[in-house]
Amino acid sequence: MFKNALKNKTPLIRVVKRGRDALPWQFGILVRAIAIISALIVSGIIIMMLSGKNPIEVYASMFDGVFGTPRRIWNTLQNTVILLCISLAVTPAFKMRFWNCGAEGQVLVGGLATVSVMMFLGDKLPLPLLLVIMLAASVLAGMIWALIPAVFKSIWNTNETLFTLMMNYVAIQLVAYFLKVFAKDGSGVLKPMPQFGLPVIGKYQFLLNIIIVAVVTVIVYIYLKYSKHGYEISVVGESENTAKYIGIGVKKVIIRTLAVSGAICGITGLLLVGGTDHTISTSTVGGQGFTAIMVSWLAKFNPIYMVLTSFLIVFLDRGAGQIATKFSIPSSISDIVTGIILLFIIGCEFFLTYKIVISKSGREEK
Amino acid sequence: MNNNLALECRNITKTFGRVYANKNCSLDVKKGEILAILGENGSGKTTLMNMVAGIYFPDSGKIFVNGQEVLIRSPKDAFEQKIGMIHQHFKLVDVFSAVENIALGVDDGNKYKLSNITKKVIEITQRYGFIIDPEKKIYDMSVSEKQTVEIIKVLYRGADILILDEPTAVLTPQETEKLFAVLRRMREDGKSIIIITHKMHEVLSISDRVAVLRKGEHVSTVNTAETNETELTEMMMGEKISLDITRSEPVNSVPRLEVKNITSFNEEGRKVLDDISFTAYSGEILGIAGIAGSGQRELLESIAGLHNLAEGEITYFDPITNNIENLRDKTPLQIRDLGVRLSFVPEDRLGMGLVGNMDIIDNMMLRSYTKGKSAFLERKEPKDLADKIIKDLNVATPGATTPVRQLSGGNVQKVLVGREIASSPSVLMAAYPVRGLDVNASYTIYNLLNEQKVSGVAVIFVGEDLDVLLELCDRILVINSGKITGIVDGRTAKKEEIGLLMVKSTETEGEEK
Repeated sequence: MFKNALKNKTPLIRVVKRGRDALPWQFGILVRAIAIISALIVSGIIIMMLSGKNPIEVYASMFDGVFGTPRRIWNTLQNTVILLCISLAVTPAFKMRFWNCGAEGQVLVGGLATVSVMMFLGDKLPLPLLLVIMLAASVLAGMIWALIPAVFKSIWNTNETLFTLMMNYVAIQLVAYFLKVFAKDGSGVLKPMPQFGLPVIGKYQFLLNIIIVAVVTVIVYIYLKYSKHGYEISVVGESENTAKYIGIGVKKVIIRTLAVSGAICGITGLLLVGGTDHTISTSTVGGQGFTAIMVSWLAKFNPIYMVLTSFLIVFLDRGAGQIATKFSIPSSISDIVTGIILLFIIGCEFFLTYKIVISKSGREEK
Repeated sequence: MNNNLALECRNITKTFGRVYANKNCSLDVKKGEILAILGENGSGKTTLMNMVAGIYFPDSGKIFVNGQEVLIRSPKDAFEQKIGMIHQHFKLVDVFSAVENIALGVDDGNKYKLSNITKKVIEITQRYGFIIDPEKKIYDMSVSEKQTVEIIKVLYRGADILILDEPTAVLTPQETEKLFAVLRRMREDGKSIIIITHKMHEVLSISDRVAVLRKGEHVSTVNTAETNETELTEMMMGEKISLDITRSEPVNSVPRLEVKNITSFNEEGRKVLDDISFTAYSGEILGIAGIAGSGQRELLESIAGLHNLAEGEITYFDPITNNIENLRDKTPLQIRDLGVRLSFVPEDRLGMGLVGNMDIIDNMMLRSYTKGKSAFLERKEPKDLADKIIKDLNVATPGATTPVRQLSGGNVQKVLVGREIASSPSVLMAAYPVRGLDVNASYTIYNLLNEQKVSGVAVIFVGEDLDVLLELCDRILVINSGKITGIVDGRTAKKEEIGLLMVKSTETEGEEK
């Protein structure tokens, strides 16, 4: 019976899903605030232990790196809107439970289409017409790149995660090939062509990008929440059986939604190439297609929250870069800090969904 | 204690929430016998056996093995007591071979050596007459072969008491015969076998004794040789209980939906609907009775355009335009575009009828959102409808913007039925609409169905409680293994009569044809 008595005890700590009683919103804010403060304390201790620097100074320089000068502020905003735009692009697909991991490639082909138009039509057409063609080409390219996996998924039920990931590599190699053939000096680097880029409003180079992304944010928000298409996306994502029961053409919705997703990726490519770099390289997107997945999830697929989450990621990234240069500590330490802060912020969601029950005594033997 | 008993359950009680799955159940199994456990859906057969096999733990009561009281807290404990259960859904690793699956999780202190295990497996197969290739991969196997692997797995671990949960549900008649031959050989070898089943003729042909359960309670155990189909059915069904459901005479009944000779197969190629024909009339409630999984779901889904037919026609008679429409092989969208006003309350409420994470308003919109040319949603009408349903049907909810997942089962069902009725259907199909509902909520649903009937709707009601079917329905169609075994008058039919139609064997009839 001794063996049974041991087995009989309920574990000391149990995890219970929070029930029907919704939490007051203040609790949510409190938990998140505690998470951020504890993240700062923990990473402060680690900074002190690893580098011997004063954590307060380190945090101050993070802010300095992000907001220190007008130029830095503009750069922060530019990075934020690009990341935001990609996040907005993947969101309709994610809401449909279509795991589009191919934003990286979709943005890149959008950029490739833009740079091709700039290169081959730049000096042949008037600028307004050129811009229209650039927009159409980038949207079309992103769309095609997203539609290929979508069509395969809806006809043969292929795995979209693998397929979209593979498409990224194809896109990167396409750009590499393009550079090898068309970078005239053979260096593999294409000279920027700012004369054919998006117009600059006043002296602010990135203002147009910011305005465009703000408009896209509002449109995506309205599309998902108030349009019939958005409603169909939610139904298909929640339950394919319900969608069929109600008569929604699931295949049609998958293809249409991925067209939207790819189109927004294409626009991001336009903003990156036409509005920022005026050239292209294989690292133009720089992994933001993957970071966007996290941004979208963190915001629970809400475009308005995504403004905050994409800013948070950019803030951490740029701040970490600043402390690495200023204190000449290895960039791995600043990456650790970023990681810890993210871990706390994502981890606190656990405490909002579940509660921990500590049982006082084991269950009694019958 | 009687030394002749292999297993004894004494006063076992198990509750799920407020529902009793088993109430003071006592049962015994002798050494070297085959005991059949018989009972309607939800009579607690599987729950009781799951407690013996260590899947659940009883709230109260005792279990004895070979006269010794034992505590069975996990399947591992059950194996220590030499009890093994073969579940309805197989638990095998697809990419492994038969032997590898059998070896999985066996910890007998010996070194893991596949050739030794193979030898022992072959020994077992020869002893009981199994036909199986030990090296064959599971994904290459038929359902019957997979079942064989499950049985050998249990024998390999040295089980003396075998529990089989509806083993014949997935088998063809020939495979069933083979299985029974093996079971008889095991009995001769001194094993005790418990077989859970719905099929009366199998009970009579294989078992030594039959234990009948009803509503979680053990009614009685009788010797198979001393009983017959009628007596067992009566024990299974129990006395008729009066429910006082109002029922009016059908008025102006005209054919509304005609189903003609439909046959269909499921994904595994098994026949799920076999030459079914019937007509549903306006202003009447047509009940469908049958053991769970006899083809009820496929029948309703065929009519709703969700299940493809191999043969047959489904015809709809439009009451307004007098058009005659063929619904076969049409999608739900095409059916709606034809102007067919068909409402369907599916069995799977949150997985099919509603979207759990959406609020009541958005769930109302499922049926109506395509209305109008605008690209944007119109939430005003759905909101009014949601408020109306909450008020009229007394839905207990904090508000119309509460996700339906957070509502209780009865309230979820009120939302679903309310929505389906709101589109003023001419045909209303409801699958198990009162399953899991308390008495009050059930009566709300009965009244709603009755109101629809009086207003001239053809109502098709799939139910499991025969007392309800007998008091609510005008006619009752009995379905058994995908075939119609009878259509009876709800006012004059006897409970036993329907019970017999539900369980009587259909295979022999098929052979005679």
